[in-house]
Amino acid sequence: MRGIAFVWQFGEVILAIALAPLFSGWIAQCRAWMQNRTAPPLTQQYRMLRKLFNKDAALAEDASRLFRTAPYVLFGTMVLAAAIIPSVVTDLPFARAADAIALIGLFATARVFQALAAMDIGTAFGTLGARREMMVGFLAEPAILMVFFNAFLLFGSTALTSLVDNYATHPSLIDPSVVFAAIAFVMVLLAENARIPIDNPATHLELTMIHEAMVLEYSARHLALIEWASNLKLFNYACIGIALFIPWGIAIHGAAVGAVLIALVTLILKLALCGAALALIESVSAKLRIFRAPEFMAMAFLIAVLGLLVHLLLGANTGA
Amino acid sequence: MIAQFWGNFLSTVFSHPLDSTLLVVACWPLIALACLLRPHSIRYVARFLFPVGALVCVAMFLLAGTFLISGHAPQVMTLPLGLPDLPFHVRLDALSAFFLLILGLAGAGISTFAAGYFRSGEGTAPGLLGLHYHVFLASMAVVMLADDAYLFMVAWETMALASYFLVTSQHRIPEIRRAGFLYLLMAHIGAVCILLSFGVMQGGSWQFTFDAMRSASLAPFWASVAFTLALLGFGAKAGLVPMHVWLPEAHPAAPSPVSAMMSGLMLKTAIYGMLRITFDLLHVQFWQWGVAVLALGLFSALFGAIFAGVQTDMKRLLAYSSIENVGLIFTGIGLSILFAASDLRLFAALALAAALIHALNHSLFKSMLFLATGSVLHATRQRSLGKLGGLIRFMPWVAALALIGTLAIAGLPPLNGFVSEWLLLQSFLYTPRLPHAFINMLIPLGAASLALTVALAAYVMVKFYGVIFLGQPRETSLAQAHDANWLERLGLGWLAAGCIAIGVQPQLALHAAGKSTGMLVGQTIAPDPSVWRIAPIAPEQASYSGWIFLAVILCTVAVTFLAVRLLAHGRIRRTAPWDCGYPWQTSRMQDTAEGFGQPIRHMFGTFFRMERELPAPTDLAPRYRVHIEDRFWRTLYQPIAAAVQRLADAVSFLQGGRLAIYLLFSFLTLLGLLVFVL
Amino acid sequence: MLRSHLDVELLKLLAAGMLLISFAMLSTRRTQQLITLFAWQGVVLFLSTSLVAHEARLTELYFSAGLTLILKVITLPLILHTLIKRLGAQWDNERLVNIPITMLVGLVLVIFAFGLAQPISQLATTITRHTIGIALAVILLSFLMMITRRKAVTQVIGFLAMENGLFFAATSATYGMPMVIELGIALDLLVAVFILGIFFFQIREQFDSLDLHHLESLREE
Repeated sequence: MRGIAFVWQFGEVILAIALAPLFSGWIAQCRAWMQNRTAPPLTQQYRMLRKLFNKDAALAEDASRLFRTAPYVLFGTMVLAAAIIPSVVTDLPFARAADAIALIGLFATARVFQALAAMDIGTAFGTLGARREMMVGFLAEPAILMVFFNAFLLFGSTALTSLVDNYATHPSLIDPSVVFAAIAFVMVLLAENARIPIDNPATHLELTMIHEAMVLEYSARHLALIEWASNLKLFNYACIGIALFIPWGIAIHGAAVGAVLIALVTLILKLALCGAALALIESVSAKLRIFRAPEFMAMAFLIAVLGLLVHLLLGANTGA
Repeated sequence: MIAQFWGNFLSTVFSHPLDSTLLVVACWPLIALACLLRPHSIRYVARFLFPVGALVCVAMFLLAGTFLISGHAPQVMTLPLGLPDLPFHVRLDALSAFFLLILGLAGAGISTFAAGYFRSGEGTAPGLLGLHYHVFLASMAVVMLADDAYLFMVAWETMALASYFLVTSQHRIPEIRRAGFLYLLMAHIGAVCILLSFGVMQGGSWQFTFDAMRSASLAPFWASVAFTLALLGFGAKAGLVPMHVWLPEAHPAAPSPVSAMMSGLMLKTAIYGMLRITFDLLHVQFWQWGVAVLALGLFSALFGAIFAGVQTDMKRLLAYSSIENVGLIFTGIGLSILFAASDLRLFAALALAAALIHALNHSLFKSMLFLATGSVLHATRQRSLGKLGGLIRFMPWVAALALIGTLAIAGLPPLNGFVSEWLLLQSFLYTPRLPHAFINMLIPLGAASLALTVALAAYVMVKFYGVIFLGQPRETSLAQAHDANWLERLGLGWLAAGCIAIGVQPQLALHAAGKSTGMLVGQTIAPDPSVWRIAPIAPEQASYSGWIFLAVILCTVAVTFLAVRLLAHGRIRRTAPWDCGYPWQTSRMQDTAEGFGQPIRHMFGTFFRMERELPAPTDLAPRYRVHIEDRFWRTLYQPIAAAVQRLADAVSFLQGGRLAIYLLFSFLTLLGLLVFVL
Repeated sequence: MLRSHLDVELLKLLAAGMLLISFAMLSTRRTQQLITLFAWQGVVLFLSTSLVAHEARLTELYFSAGLTLILKVITLPLILHTLIKRLGAQWDNERLVNIPITMLVGLVLVIFAFGLAQPISQLATTITRHTIGIALAVILLSFLMMITRRKAVTQVIGFLAMENGLFFAATSATYGMPMVIELGIALDLLVAVFILGIFFFQIREQFDSLDLHHLESLREE
């Protein structure tokens, strides 16, 4: 294991933590631009985090230790995920700690802790949010598993670093399985990160909330950590999508410093593009009723399975 | 001197593993008899004899573990017990050792908890409870050591009877008696199927030892008949759908340590039997068997998870969760049969290892959860989820340990439940390599069903933990709840330590399971030279490291906490929760168990038979009532029971009551026999 | 060879797009969206036929592609749009079975079609022989759509989509049908749509609704 790999690893984690609020700010900027409004400046998320850290934490009288530790655990799991996903380099020592399926498990841990913390206070809103979030979660898991199954059949591995290594060196331009997997992945990304059409991140009506209802009781530094963790989750999902579907530019195993710098620049460009695309999808869709969400997820699952079947039919025969 | 003595003692013990195991197993009936000496004394039975039983469990665990890791050849012995022409044969090999390891590990924790749990004045005398408990333990161990059908059935029946008496400990309550009767009935139907299966497998040689069955070559039709009977019989004991109806009745009716034993250990003996017959005695011949087992397993898993989501009794919820986990284990077994019969031995070993490790994990975390519900029951006298809540404040130890159990059963890294589910999903990834036409496209969809089940299990466990321990107390009497005593904490802690250890360092478990798969499918899982992670097929394809998960998360939490404290501050103000402008919030406004399960009820409504009573808009005292029932009762069991009743009624004309008729029957039988013999 | 490789990839992508559109047609809730999807299916068919014509250098396939464009992308959707506007049936599209179950059944049908098509594709000699499975799946899915819907208009569209699938199967297996047969089928389709349109007006006059379960009341009792 090269010593410099640890430097890349540490750098990638710091990069993710630093860029995540900027990414959310960029998406808000694009959305406002498409809706003909003026957006807050790109650094608004950072200012909000600083404001929240300085406030006094107002906790409910019955909040237990679990409630107070959950934000830290959430942040910790998202940082670990950022350490595993190859966004700039693939030569990451921690990436061997988890493959894609373990990554799904890691996100599930974060979701369960958040739901438990929401149930801790014992009001109707927290339990409502917890219940809905767990429901979206269990519908999204089969879909994202099928996406990774597709990736495994196409590139022979579920370890993200190997996937990127294989794909970036043997590009197969417009394989239909890849297209289908990409569509399904985008749908799961929208669901898991509480974006329209599953959940509206800017709503203030409690009965329509999923993610917001769970963090209703949090304030100050706890809320800051939770917001940072959600931004980091969106950033991680975007990086997974980039690594799986448009990995050209990522510095593969054994690359030099120059390649890493190029990879950094391409990452920022790709993230900007992805952010704009996400904002576009959000602006043209309407939020679904909560019990239409299973149909949305079923559609995502179906598209992923179709990609799988099409690969088994077409890819296996032509050997392409 | 002492060190030399211990060294000699240990080396003799480990060089004669079968003898030592038999000696250890014999300790339990001795303890059981000792319980009868002073049957009404709690201190003697519970505080003294149960901990001794727990130590015996630890000894069993160590013996089995060393036998497994050291890789001894199988050892057989013929005991001078039994009938004159049918002596008992016992055998200790890798498969038995793995399950004895499970028995010892979980049994130690359960016995320690039971030592602190049983208090006087609960139906049966404590001495009788101790007797049945230790006979139960011993009979399960003998089932795993048996090497011929006769000893197997004797031990099986003893297990069923001992557990029946344990289930009906509080026999004064009619529901518990009914549950016990149903349990005994299903256990015996299963036993009959297993007996018939052994009968088919002896293949004409009329020798009932397992060696004879291994070498008997059966025609494909008879092999499939034997397999189907074994699946029915062991499936009934394991709780596979549709033979599962006794599980949700019997497990809640029993006292909590007994529920833990039944869920954690007894279901595993059924898994052991299934593995022994399919892989060892029948030499896994047909891939169609694998498809049947896989389909039943996936369906049971989904069924169990869905039903657990709508339960309102905490022990019934855990019972349905056991059905789900048994379904997952059978899924792994089915995949393994499919791969083995298609000659893909490496993947068969992977799937089988996943099933075995899941059996080990389930025995740990399910026992822990049942024991935690026992503490809650003792502290609050409530079983219904609608009357609990907020117990994390009054029972912090139980809540903390139950949290570990909940996270483990939900399959979350870095605990042990995730390891077996990860391995199972990995083995699904290789199913497109199967050579059969439609199967290699259908089975990958099974992976999606598996992912759905696992995620549903997480949902159900969030409901379980959240409604019992978090939130506001739903009854004012809950404020008097007291925490568990030190023995109970020790038992729970032992099991929690097992969960964490296997989660963070799964290499040992994989190595042990690999030895068993080596015996069954002829391929071991090569231990990865790295101590940090497991990579069952190849490190480039997939790897997982529990250590790094735990270490990075803990480090990040610590660093973040310190950074926040240093750069910002740690001030807290306590206020009232957000009430959206409505000041009269009560504890009944948070989600009930039914409320939390409502999305599942809505989406999977076709699985249930629901009766709902909804309030009308003009009702002055509105009431909402929902009753959910298993469809299998109405469509399968009640028609069969009605048919049996009709048959019995039809035959009852034979019981005329008149003496002359009975003498006439004897006379006619005598005439008939004379005609046939002469 | 690179150009040919690119063409094969494009054909695979178009075939997959055809399958996706069939599923979208199976799950959509609004009749107007259904007709738009049918038009898109025609476009995909046009593109793939042109590509096959280019690859195999068969000029009559260009004619078939042109015919598809005129008939299935422009004329038929226009007729159907005006039809439903006059009938007032643009929006609701009830179904007999709910969406998730329809999807699952559709998926099983796709697996069935793929499994069946594998030996056939060994025998064919065209470059597009691997897409026969997809064509068969499209036919079966259109049939499923006809079965699980209530309104009469969707049954017509299902019938037309089935013909799309047949045409796709023909181009992928044998490089198209003889021109005479194709013209005959095109004429049949046009006439069928006209006649069915007249029928719809009759049904609506009789029952005041296009819901097909009203037709059950016509049987003798």
